[in-house]
Amino acid sequence: MKIEVLGTGCAKCNQLEKDVYNALAELDIAAEVTKVKDISKIMAYKVMVTPALVIDGEVKTAGRLPRKEELHKYIKGE
Amino acid sequence: MQFILTMLQGGVKEIISYLSAHVITCLVPAFFIAGAMAVLVTKGAVIKYFGSQAKRWVAYGVASVSGMLLAVCSCTILPLFAGIYNLGAGLGPAITFLYSGPAINILAIALTGAAIGWHMGIARGVGAVLFSIIIGIIMSLLFRKDEQKRLGDIESLPEERSEKSGIFLILFFGVMVAILIISTSKLAPWIKIALDLSLINSLAIMVHHYFVEGEFRSWMEETWSLVKLVVPTLLVGVFLVGMVTAVLPPEWISSYVGENTLGANFAASLIGALFYFSTLTEVPIVKGLMDLGMNQGPALALLLAGPAVSIPNLLVINRIMGFKRTAAYFILVVVMATLTGWLYGYFFA
Repeated sequence: MKIEVLGTGCAKCNQLEKDVYNALAELDIAAEVTKVKDISKIMAYKVMVTPALVIDGEVKTAGRLPRKEELHKYIKGE
Repeated sequence: MQFILTMLQGGVKEIISYLSAHVITCLVPAFFIAGAMAVLVTKGAVIKYFGSQAKRWVAYGVASVSGMLLAVCSCTILPLFAGIYNLGAGLGPAITFLYSGPAINILAIALTGAAIGWHMGIARGVGAVLFSIIIGIIMSLLFRKDEQKRLGDIESLPEERSEKSGIFLILFFGVMVAILIISTSKLAPWIKIALDLSLINSLAIMVHHYFVEGEFRSWMEETWSLVKLVVPTLLVGVFLVGMVTAVLPPEWISSYVGENTLGANFAASLIGALFYFSTLTEVPIVKGLMDLGMNQGPALALLLAGPAVSIPNLLVINRIMGFKRTAAYFILVVVMATLTGWLYGYFFA
């Protein structure tokens, strides 16, 4: 699984990255997590508000931090 | 030794003046308002007015005022700017948003008003909105021949939170703005406390009846994360300004920007445009300079040009829209800030 955290380096973007790592540890799932900071790459996902969560190329959330249960749901692929 | 002592004293004195009642009573409600906006105003609702299908004049209008709802720091402004430019309504509205965003968010206006004066807070807000539209339109006329190819349309995502009705939002934010105004007013303290308590009470009733599970908590978390984002750098900025202004001879300031001349306004806006101001620190800097004798016109010019452009953000903008447009934007901002400051100083100061 490929997880991307889109964000230009704001506090919430860093928080999302942390949340993702925590969720992966809790669920005991392995995934490749990358942080996308380049604004033109962020635009390629057609996202205007950061932080955004992308799993396997699909945008899950944008502009907010998902709640923990929600994040777990996305990572488990439900 | 004496020199260092004077500087440290200046820094401490400046911090104390910011910790005084009138700044705190204004900033605390402003933080809560900004936090509530981030949680309750669904971004999708605003963003749809930036889409490529939106009417041009609607896009300009929304772009000029939506910074109030969407943006507190430049890190949220740049992705939105790139989004409007690449995916949405195009160059003009994108520029309008970029210019007005940092100047009209609730924290910037509240702090400018409380620390420098309400006439300046309002002038900054109104000036930013009007001139952002003018700059946006000029930019789109200048580059109308080579409108850039869009990457596609904005992805619309389902929002998690419940939508609130417009009337509820107006009431809710109206009550909070009323608290801000009453707290900073010149009423007798006991009247203020009584009015504020009854307003806070009505907020509590609204929260109790209309907020869904978890919303109140997100509001508090959002407010706190804004405080953590803004307050430390603001206090450092205030301290540094206090140190520098304690030893800077006032004659320097008054000889360069003491009069409301076109030259002084130009110098102020050029300096503002080149330097990087961390969120809100432009306010203590301008206040410090005004205490040393800076005229109101150049002060407004600096406030307008300062947060809208800086070398780091020009570099990002340059990557998004290329050198020619960036250069044109830079020149327009400096010219517009100069003219606005000069006109303001001429008519009101």
